[in-house]
Amino acid sequence: MSALSALSSGETKGETFVINVGPQHPATHGVLRLKMTMDGEYITRAEPVCGYIHRMHEKMGENRTWAQFLPNTGRIDYLAAMAYSHAYVGAVERAAGIAAPPRAEYIRVITSELNRISSHLVWFGAFLLDLGGFTPLLYAFDDREKILDILEALTGSRLTYSYYRFGGVCNDVDDDFIRGTREFVAFMRPRMKMYHSLVTDNIILRKRLIGIGVISAEMCRQYGATGPVIRGSGVGYDVRKSEPYSVYRDLDFDVPVYPEGDCMARYLVRMEEMVQSLRIIEQALDKLPAGPVMASGVPRTLKPPAGDCCFAVEAARGRLLVRIVSDNKEMPYRVRLRTPSFCNLSLYEEASQGMMLPDALALLGSLDLVIPDIDR
Amino acid sequence: MSIIEPFRLLLFLVGIMAFVGLNAAYLVWVERKGAARFQRRPGPTEVGYGGLLQPIADGIKLLSKQLHVPPGADGVLFRAAPLLVMIPAMIGLAVVPFSESLVARDTNVGLLMIFAFGSINVMAIMLSGWSSRNKYAIISAARIVSQDVAYEIPMLLVVVTMLMATGTMNLNEIVQQQAGWFWRWNIFRLDVNPLMPLTFIIFFVCMLAETNRAPFDMAEAESELVAGAFTEYAGMGFGVFFIAEYANIILGCAFATILFLGGWQSPFGVWSGVFWFLLKMYVLVFTVIWVRWTFPRTQFYNLLNLSWKLLIPISLSTLILTAVVMKVLK
Amino acid sequence: MISSLQELADQFNKLIAQDVPLPTTPAVPVAAGAQVGTAAPEPASPVQLTDHAAKGFHLDVRLRPERVVAAATLMDENGFAIDAVTGVDWMAEGQMEVVYDFFHPAHAWRVVVRARVPREKPELPTISEIYPGANWHERETHEFFGIVFLGHPNLTPLLLPEDATYHPLRKDFKA
Repeated sequence: MSALSALSSGETKGETFVINVGPQHPATHGVLRLKMTMDGEYITRAEPVCGYIHRMHEKMGENRTWAQFLPNTGRIDYLAAMAYSHAYVGAVERAAGIAAPPRAEYIRVITSELNRISSHLVWFGAFLLDLGGFTPLLYAFDDREKILDILEALTGSRLTYSYYRFGGVCNDVDDDFIRGTREFVAFMRPRMKMYHSLVTDNIILRKRLIGIGVISAEMCRQYGATGPVIRGSGVGYDVRKSEPYSVYRDLDFDVPVYPEGDCMARYLVRMEEMVQSLRIIEQALDKLPAGPVMASGVPRTLKPPAGDCCFAVEAARGRLLVRIVSDNKEMPYRVRLRTPSFCNLSLYEEASQGMMLPDALALLGSLDLVIPDIDR
Repeated sequence: MSIIEPFRLLLFLVGIMAFVGLNAAYLVWVERKGAARFQRRPGPTEVGYGGLLQPIADGIKLLSKQLHVPPGADGVLFRAAPLLVMIPAMIGLAVVPFSESLVARDTNVGLLMIFAFGSINVMAIMLSGWSSRNKYAIISAARIVSQDVAYEIPMLLVVVTMLMATGTMNLNEIVQQQAGWFWRWNIFRLDVNPLMPLTFIIFFVCMLAETNRAPFDMAEAESELVAGAFTEYAGMGFGVFFIAEYANIILGCAFATILFLGGWQSPFGVWSGVFWFLLKMYVLVFTVIWVRWTFPRTQFYNLLNLSWKLLIPISLSTLILTAVVMKVLK
Repeated sequence: MISSLQELADQFNKLIAQDVPLPTTPAVPVAAGAQVGTAAPEPASPVQLTDHAAKGFHLDVRLRPERVVAAATLMDENGFAIDAVTGVDWMAEGQMEVVYDFFHPAHAWRVVVRARVPREKPELPTISEIYPGANWHERETHEFFGIVFLGHPNLTPLLLPEDATYHPLRKDFKA
């Protein structure tokens, strides 16, 4: 069925009509399309149509060596690229039996958490933009700039880092990085308070978020929604706690959980997560051990033994699973990327039913989607 | 009517058009600069000193673009809508007394006239949405009608309250009644109605909603309806809507100044004149801009709830209260 | 509700006890021309507890394709969440493997369920009735591998163009 006939068949059904939100629309933050069947301003059905930025990363993984796929990982969720490198590197290390030295693991945690904060700041700005508040976006990007500067000085790039290597990280952190990160942590704490007094306590915002777009914990389970979405529905599921990887086991942090399941709960989870990430960064900086940042004896052309294995990380948007299958060759036999935005979006059709257009777009914003992360 | 009168009116017409045009151009500049300051960025800097020529550059850009009528649109209505939206704002300004003598037409029904022509504004935006054959625009047109109808009621109730307090529809007379120190302004006339400051706030909120400004910009709502009723407009067609939006803000703020803040009267009882009028008006205009860059947008149904469940009952009770107070005291 | 993974493994064993035993297939492909010995050792039993630190999951279940609905029901009853559904093309063996990943939101449990279907007729029942989230994963697996999920409500391309007739993750796919 072509898109055109689908459109016209929707129009013939009595009083409903179809509007396309996207692929070019201010609310979709990328090339996502929502085919909305509307009854006035009420949504009778909102069907996401994906694939506009599909690049077949999984096939690319089969056509290049294990190491050559590393840069691809940063291009899936470009806002939280560190976590994606982490998941892929972790999976390959697990398959090949390589262990990264402790200093490298701490650096991975620090950079991943910095990246998580920068990703959540983009969400914060973009979400408020969806709600019609333009000003917080500029404040959030201003703060994010500080993180990007820190990471740029360390890795040489601002978005797609490819900083992690099989067996460690590509270069050691210097004193400037440590000082800059500590300064950022000290700077960010009062900023979070300011955001709460500027944005969270606003009566219009509260009216727009409280009780809007309720997603139950059961729905999250059935759709595999993770990250702030499931934690905003009262389930304290966090890969960093349930399948601790890297050195998260040694760090003390809380998993923010709000039971309401509405947009406000997801908003507060992410705001609280930024504070927890600051805590993690601070502890990791304090505990940062000396030593090498690369494991010795990692072969230049890696050939992991045959078999399959998984590695899951908590990316900024939720559970990210990389499943690799090796046949003991230079190239992967299969790379599977289970991305959080894909699963989080899949519940949208059910969750948005019967909502009004502005609320449905608030719900969409609260899912924090990155479109290349859905389409891969 | 003397022989000079038609020339005087023509002169005023030209003056008002220039006033609206200049104000629209430079309020855009103020808005962009102001928004930039709220957001800790410099704003326009490239064209002219501090970006002062930016509005002119924008105007030239808009003028040089094609006036595109989308296929299937109602061409006549589509082209007429920008004109219809511009004219009421101009006519409204004709009865506004900028100072005691600086008024195009000092008529006894000035107040009524502003409201009579103000209603055309709604129709014009609805027509623009309806005629452009775009689904976003049609949703926006439906929104704008229910929004403006909902907010016209509390606004009129407030104005009726003022009418009872002032006893005249002549705007110049209303200003003259408020001569003297600033506690003589209508906003502080607590002897007529102890809730007068609240009445002013209701008026201001209604004005924001009537002019479709944030946080009530349901008609545009760019994250929901792209550009709402104006989605299909290009070039100066869009530019005219833009100018009309600012003209309506000017008119609304001028009206609030006259009704509540003493118009051209000085707050100290001396040196009254056009200067005071413009100062008060621009303070209100700045507040409108300030609100826009501070608050997120409300939902449409909350907007209507605010009007029907809160503003209308309150304004109705202030109306009754005023009637009772005036009956008892006089 | 189960209290340990061993209990879950027992339930799975009970589930597949009546089945015809699976043909002994290597767990990993032996691609044409590959040296003997590259394949991992064959798993001893179809239901196996694995070391999470080495594999990334706790329980590895292999079953016949017609059993996936029963397996998904079992996972659903035990409160597991759908993680992913995907395929692996074992071209050299003429088979396709469908891999179902599950995680538990409350416990740190990870379960993998695998079923193999013949490459010429890759068909198996859908689990989207039990897990609505599997709907999209199955659509994706269908368009990438050409695996048909019988009873799926809307098996149209999700990420590929709507008129796509090719299956890019098949090993014999040439761009």
